[in-house]
Amino acid sequence: MRAGLTILAATFAVAAAQPGAAQNLTLPSSIAAGSAFTVQTQGSGNGTLYIVGLGQAIKRDVQLGSTVFFAAGSLYGAGQYTVVLTGAGANETEALTVTPSPDPGAVSFLARPSRLPVGLQDGITGAVYVFDPYKNLITKPENVSFDLTGPDGKTQTRTVPTVLGAAWTELDSTAHQGNDKFVARIGSVASTRVVGQVPGDPCSLKMTASPAGQDVRLQTDPIRDCSGNAIPDGTIVTFTENYRGGESTVDVPIKRGIAQVEMPAHPGATISVASGVMMGNQIRWER
Amino acid sequence: MKRNGVLLALLLGAATIALIAIGTIWPIPSALAFAGGQGLRPAPTTPEIAVRNLADDIKTRSWGRAYGSLANKAEFTQAEFQHDLTGYYQSLRSYAELDHYDVRPLHQSADDAVIRLDLYWSTMMGTSESTRDVHVVRNGNRWEAEWPLVKKPVVPPQVIPVNYLRWDVIYPTGGDDWGEQGVEAPHVRIIDMHPVQRAEGVVILGELLNEDVVPAYVSVDATLLSKDQKPLGTEGSFDKIMHVLLPKQVTPFFINFPNAQLSDVGSIRMTPFSTLVPASADPVIGIDSQHLNPVPNPSLTGNLINQSGQVVNVAHVLGTFYNKNGQVVWVADEYVDRALLPQTPVPFKIHIPEDLARSISSERTVVATYSTGGSV
Repeated sequence: MRAGLTILAATFAVAAAQPGAAQNLTLPSSIAAGSAFTVQTQGSGNGTLYIVGLGQAIKRDVQLGSTVFFAAGSLYGAGQYTVVLTGAGANETEALTVTPSPDPGAVSFLARPSRLPVGLQDGITGAVYVFDPYKNLITKPENVSFDLTGPDGKTQTRTVPTVLGAAWTELDSTAHQGNDKFVARIGSVASTRVVGQVPGDPCSLKMTASPAGQDVRLQTDPIRDCSGNAIPDGTIVTFTENYRGGESTVDVPIKRGIAQVEMPAHPGATISVASGVMMGNQIRWER
Repeated sequence: MKRNGVLLALLLGAATIALIAIGTIWPIPSALAFAGGQGLRPAPTTPEIAVRNLADDIKTRSWGRAYGSLANKAEFTQAEFQHDLTGYYQSLRSYAELDHYDVRPLHQSADDAVIRLDLYWSTMMGTSESTRDVHVVRNGNRWEAEWPLVKKPVVPPQVIPVNYLRWDVIYPTGGDDWGEQGVEAPHVRIIDMHPVQRAEGVVILGELLNEDVVPAYVSVDATLLSKDQKPLGTEGSFDKIMHVLLPKQVTPFFINFPNAQLSDVGSIRMTPFSTLVPASADPVIGIDSQHLNPVPNPSLTGNLINQSGQVVNVAHVLGTFYNKNGQVVWVADEYVDRALLPQTPVPFKIHIPEDLARSISSERTVVATYSTGGSV
């Protein structure tokens, strides 16, 4: 609807405009989006004032010779506008530039990934686009502050100037698992994302064996990554028992930090443990 | 002209009546079987005929007649006999049809015999094979089969605490702004990949690892590229993969390109796919007594043991076979057509191509399961 009105008004304005006429229209060459402004007209009688741009069009019936006032927020889309005054022999066109409001009103903040292993250098990426309160991209350089607060409360901060409205940075994941609070701030405007830091691969995998009736009970030590974080419950640990003429395998999820299982006790069996591509110790069961 | 038409109608009518009469008096065996032609089947004058008659009754699901023909029917009920064949719990066998069977005499004397009965069931996931050695006894001038009933497994009353993890996923709702975070797809990695030329085409074998801390639904696609980098074809792993991978779990995959030639292939583009899915770490399935059986009939056999308290209705066993260098040389699978009851071993057998059997020195087996939620 608005686009249709814009096209209609622009067509009409261009057709009606007669360049080279006397100076009947006085207005600022540039205003900030959303700011109030006035247009001074000359002459007498009734006329119509059009302000036409790509995203917005305004039509106002005016008394020629008067000052037309546009309240704050009337013209909010940044870009180039054509101002046309018609009526009572006064056909005149002027250009008006609307620039983004200087005060940031919103940031679009893209933080990736939402989940990553601990201790990854430049693993977290933050990118922002800075907008004014009317959603115009602010293209003049602004300093954006990126704050990443880890689960241990320590904060990494980067201040990055925007280039054509965008700023981005890369930050390290810390050594502790948990949630990072990732904040992009410009002036009083901030946007927050949460980045999950999860344990890395198991650093060492060690199991012990003990008899359990006809079976052998296998149990790992608490499984941690190289930063000391507990590997999450549900992670699969594979126990493999090789014995004369056969093999037994069980994929066991970690429960309360450890994995345990009971397997048939075959004298002379070799039992190994692994999780993903991480191999653990081997045990030879002689009983 | 009119007389010719009447003549033709009379001829067609007579031919139809003649064919109906022939089909009724001398029916072909398959038509007879489907029609349940009891009176026309051969009398069980030999052990082999007795077992064949029994198998025919199983094939046509004539449970009453099959049960009635048994010599040892006093030992169990007809319902037990039927459930022994169709499964006591819901499983692939519940909906299977007996496709065909083989009988093979193992031993025979004047009064008894042992006949091996190989039953080939047609299930939703392909053919499933089971074997019974049937003891047959003479009763006058007739032979009667003694059905080797496998009794319903008895699971002792017990309480099995199940407190394994379960993962639920909440996806972003509509109306989020451009920068709103989604939930990261699980990170998966192909840790091994190996193309093999087989008589039927090119096969790509490999293994995929879920290196994340969340469960993943995974699949793998492969595209064969010619030497000038033009695509020759794309195929997926379909069901030759374990689709739901828990954290740090590894699945084999098998991608088949029928009629392709490895000599035409310049490179292969692998595309692993993963997405978050709700999942549970339960049930845990142990694989016991795994054994690589040599040629002839090379296979991997073993027992599945359900360590959960829940009935597992369908189990899909995937075997990865390695040579002495640790390289994947084959991937094969089998759907177990019986439900897995808690703590009750169920055997499986995965066939291995005979030409590859000698190069296999180790294997790794994983099991994917499906449960309808029932318990014993």
